[in-house]
Amino acid sequence: MLALGARARSAAEALAIPAGALAASLILFGIFVAFTGADPLAVYRTIAQGAFGNWFSLQNTLQRSAPLMLTALCTALPASLGLIVIGGEGALIMGALAAVAVGAALPAAPPVVVILAMIVGGAVAGGLWIAIPGGLRAYRGVNETIASLLLNYIAIALLNHLVTGAMRDPTVVHRPSSWEVGERNMIGQIPGMDVHWGLVFGIIACLVTYVLVQHTVFGFAARIVGGNDRAGLMAGLSVGKLTLAMCFLGGAAAGLAGVIEVAAVHGRASSSLVVGYGYTGILVAFLARQNPLAVVPVAILLGGIEASGGLLQRWHELPDASVQVMRGIIFLVLLASEPFSGRLRTLRASAA
Amino acid sequence: MEALGWWGVPLAVLGGAIRASTPFLFVSLGECLTEKSGRINLGLEGTLVMGAMSAYGIAYLTDWPWLGVLVASLAGMGLGVLHGWMCSRPRVNDIAVGIALMLFGLGLAFYLGKPFIQPSAPRLPAIELGWWSATPQVRAALEVNVLFLVGVILAPVLLWVLYNTRWGLAVRAVGDSADAARAMGYSVNRTRLVCTTIGGALAGIGGSFLSLYYPGSWNEAISSGQGLMAVALVIFARWDPVLCLFAALLFGGAGALGPALQSVGITWGYYLFNAAPYILTLAIMIVTSSTQRTLKGAPGELSVTK
Repeated sequence: MLALGARARSAAEALAIPAGALAASLILFGIFVAFTGADPLAVYRTIAQGAFGNWFSLQNTLQRSAPLMLTALCTALPASLGLIVIGGEGALIMGALAAVAVGAALPAAPPVVVILAMIVGGAVAGGLWIAIPGGLRAYRGVNETIASLLLNYIAIALLNHLVTGAMRDPTVVHRPSSWEVGERNMIGQIPGMDVHWGLVFGIIACLVTYVLVQHTVFGFAARIVGGNDRAGLMAGLSVGKLTLAMCFLGGAAAGLAGVIEVAAVHGRASSSLVVGYGYTGILVAFLARQNPLAVVPVAILLGGIEASGGLLQRWHELPDASVQVMRGIIFLVLLASEPFSGRLRTLRASAA
Repeated sequence: MEALGWWGVPLAVLGGAIRASTPFLFVSLGECLTEKSGRINLGLEGTLVMGAMSAYGIAYLTDWPWLGVLVASLAGMGLGVLHGWMCSRPRVNDIAVGIALMLFGLGLAFYLGKPFIQPSAPRLPAIELGWWSATPQVRAALEVNVLFLVGVILAPVLLWVLYNTRWGLAVRAVGDSADAARAMGYSVNRTRLVCTTIGGALAGIGGSFLSLYYPGSWNEAISSGQGLMAVALVIFARWDPVLCLFAALLFGGAGALGPALQSVGITWGYYLFNAAPYILTLAIMIVTSSTQRTLKGAPGELSVTK
């Protein structure tokens, strides 16, 4: 047997378990669609084609993966402190609303200024939104999972309130929508590709936060608290401030996703923002084992699966919820495979 | 509402409290039992919607709404077993499993429920407790469903079972200290599995109320977080089934505030008033939590209050 180093072994395991879980989930999903009368092999082919089959679908996949990277950080960053925050959907909405408000507040400013202001405004709005459950956790002992999930519903209510009232653009008739941020203030595409700059933002955010968590004193302190918060307190760390900061950063990432959805995709805020990016982001974070670097490929993979949803509907007449079913199966299988970590035989150190 | 004017608002809130509280009540009783055994099931939102879908589908196909209720409870049981089994494996976090089950339950219900969005299924019958009044609003407010009455009876029964039976003692022992319960010879995982399964069945019944009585239809927006709010409601009710009943009435009333105000002509803030239950839940959690002490009545093994 290969005598792998401890580091290499844990890295191989971190890859093998989620990969195995994904494969098992695909098999279960195939069995599921077979029961409902579809041909599983053809469904697999469609997923592969819709996700990565050609340049067009690959670009679509990359475009979808951008907000997933950012909403995944909303779960992954607080996870370094041992918190389970699932408020990415709400933070995304708050970021989007802030972007619309900033765009409206600066009607005459040059586009560069407006775009920068939207990014900062959206990130701050999302950050403050997730700092709420962080602060409540640190200073009031409120469970952050339930609080952040409740905030999702409150954010959706706020969105509906604003796009049917104060922010409503009456010229849009098919669904209540906010004003536009303006054609010239849109973020635009990466040169040579049909993918907007959001992808670059997402990748940069993952790289930066990876360095932050793994290679800075701040990240080290957070991981100590995540391992054992009493030990953190003993070492003189301010658990409250660390929690607030990490939650703010996670929320800021999800808020940025909202800015991108407004300023690179929809041009305005409406209920079409509420498509579950926040919830898929939770799954991305868990599959990536809360590692910001691993978030990038996992987000692209899941972005691909989600991108194929439309084709599943068109070619196999599967309900649009089939992607949601697959998401649920992957999540369940991943958690069920958790007991295997540290026990994979081929990866264990050989006796010699 | 015209004849009553502003009096219509409190009346509609009261009616809403009775009508809309039933799903809260069933989910919170189920969650209360689950949490008493030391585990939290955040997936009951998915269970609720799954129950709503399966009840509606069965009622439509068989024309027999009570069979729908039964199947909803079986569907809830299935999801409960899944939660209980997964959490009994080593190193599996019950909160994470709950999130996964919520997403899975919602997806599965929307997938299987697609054909039932259009057709209309028979509804559960109502009992007219407002027969003595000539005012139609009062009669409407006092129209009560059998499931509501079942829930009202179930709450004190559950309290009695938890504190006066051998099984209830086992559940509380397992929930307060797994080690002590193990020393007493109880199987921690089996007790929790049973509690989570019953909890899932109750949440499924709560879901059947949504689709078969009020609002009485099946669509993908049938529940917007009631299952989740019920989890927070249990904390508010201090893990006491009878207090769960009153908390459920309060939440039902809060949910009826938006539509009631709209009916007297206040349309501003309709969506904000609809957010009242979430804000109420959050406010309650803030007021009742503390970093300094464990909550009174909290099961010692419960991760969410540790």
